[in-house]
Amino acid sequence: MVTANTDFAGNSLPKGKKLLADRYGRRIRSLAIPRALLWPALVVAIILTQIPFLATVYFSTQKWNLLRPLDRGFVGFDNFIAVFTTDELYESIQATATITGTSVLLSLVLGLGIALLLDRNFVGRSVARTLLITPFLLMPAAASLAWKWNLLDGNFGLFRWLFMELGLPVVQWNTDIPIVTVIMVLTWQFMPFMMLILLAGLQSQDKEILDAARVDGAGSLRIFIQMTLPHLRQYIEIGVLLGAILLLAAFDPIAILTGGSGGTKTLPVLLYEKAFIALEVGQAAAYGVVTVAITIVFAALLLRTVFRIFSEKGVR
Amino acid sequence: MSLIRTQAKIPRRRKKLRLGQVALTAFTWLVVILMVFPVAFMVLTAFKTETAAASFPPQWLSPITLENFEKVFDRGFWPFLVNSVIASVGSTILVMILAIPAAYALTIRPIFKWRDALFFLISTRFMPFAAVIIPLYLLVARLGLLDNIWVIMVLYIGMNLPIAIWMMRSFLEEVPREIIEAAQLDGAGIFKEITRVVMPIVAPGAAAAALIVFIFAWNEYFLVFNLTADSARTLPPFLGSFIDARGQFLATLSAAATLAVSPVVIAGWVAQKRLVRGLSMGALK
Repeated sequence: MVTANTDFAGNSLPKGKKLLADRYGRRIRSLAIPRALLWPALVVAIILTQIPFLATVYFSTQKWNLLRPLDRGFVGFDNFIAVFTTDELYESIQATATITGTSVLLSLVLGLGIALLLDRNFVGRSVARTLLITPFLLMPAAASLAWKWNLLDGNFGLFRWLFMELGLPVVQWNTDIPIVTVIMVLTWQFMPFMMLILLAGLQSQDKEILDAARVDGAGSLRIFIQMTLPHLRQYIEIGVLLGAILLLAAFDPIAILTGGSGGTKTLPVLLYEKAFIALEVGQAAAYGVVTVAITIVFAALLLRTVFRIFSEKGVR
Repeated sequence: MSLIRTQAKIPRRRKKLRLGQVALTAFTWLVVILMVFPVAFMVLTAFKTETAAASFPPQWLSPITLENFEKVFDRGFWPFLVNSVIASVGSTILVMILAIPAAYALTIRPIFKWRDALFFLISTRFMPFAAVIIPLYLLVARLGLLDNIWVIMVLYIGMNLPIAIWMMRSFLEEVPREIIEAAQLDGAGIFKEITRVVMPIVAPGAAAAALIVFIFAWNEYFLVFNLTADSARTLPPFLGSFIDARGQFLATLSAAATLAVSPVVIAGWVAQKRLVRGLSMGALK
């Protein structure tokens, strides 16, 4: 990805000379040692992420189909024009926005509900918390396979039996309502993480202030809306952004559940198809560049949020 | 008069409150059971016979069998497990070796433009690998390294290094300054300062960071799926091979999935208190 030369937090960067001191304000004689400690990691990160990205940018200007290896050449922005003039990109962005947006929103609402349930003393609270995070820890491929075959299968799936018992119409989940299926599984997997973040937020509230408000006669709902929600804001922001970034890149659940059919062809699935099924190197690369550009927006927002939290807490 | 009324009111209110609390607890446990049910059902299916697993309506009390796990190992589970271990354990160790000094340089001995370095490092984590898969594939193919587990391991280093540096940085921030100053006054060199003074303090944090990095590597699917064919496959894409269009496979698939998820689920349960902090890149405690 691109180098972040600017400070996302909007703080003015200190001048170089001032930084010739350590965090306690003492002057450092030499920067050689800290630099030597940092360089190996930086070099590895640059080689492993920047070289493929630069190659992607280069390939995006090339006419190159793997089926016609000799017919290669520089075509400028032709691949991007092709990308932006067909409907595939917009359909895929729409699918990505629908699936990522709904899953993150549902995770947020349900995760908040569960976090509120866990933010009180009850029998087996830590066991409940441990069990609740399990879906998040599950390998996405395994979770998707278990959902697809054990629960949602149209012939012997458990949900078919459940729906029949309840007198509901039987649906073929992954073909009749593919978007619902994908959102359901993604939400189920990501909600525990949202719950953990929001629970951390709830537990960091000053209980004395809440008690004082209660003594002053404020109702539970009013305390929640006027005090708890504003306090949770930064936790919600971080959860939403991390969710957006994690779910934006989700490939295996969609590939396994629907194979990208029925409006679930998100950007990673589209990129995969362009690269390995259409074998269009140039176009796949152009799609890749566009995808990276979209993720940068989310990444920049996340970093801004994270760094605001750091500065609010008095940490750099 | 009013005093009596208040006294009479209190017990009734308490009883009501207790009843409400019990109802809330019951509701909470209902939610927990619903959330865990898909996992529990998968594990349950793993211990059924194939016929019982595929029966409709579902059999809840069928005899327990271990034959599915035997079948999983017969179908060549070991090599895939070994690949998963090489890629995730190997990359985790190397990530930590690179990340701890880098985080140390960024926090305790900050260098010029440390913030730029940090932003660069973390921004690399946000790039979806799908965006660069085609040049990555062509590069690896050109080098003749397709279907090679060591290539996968190296790529996992790139995937996890930023997150490890961020986590370690957040733990290193908390090392009290007096301790490091004392070590420096005693004439400890940088190596001793890290290994003898700083590391013992941040060891629990480092363990948590390593676990999270391990989890990401263990569960990774996309890169292995596209860059390996057979001999370097890890468990996530291998699971799909249990789907058999001709016969019953539910119980075997569930057994394989149960085996594949268990290391990470157990590790995650153990480290759950630090998961939040690690995954929020140290921003939340």
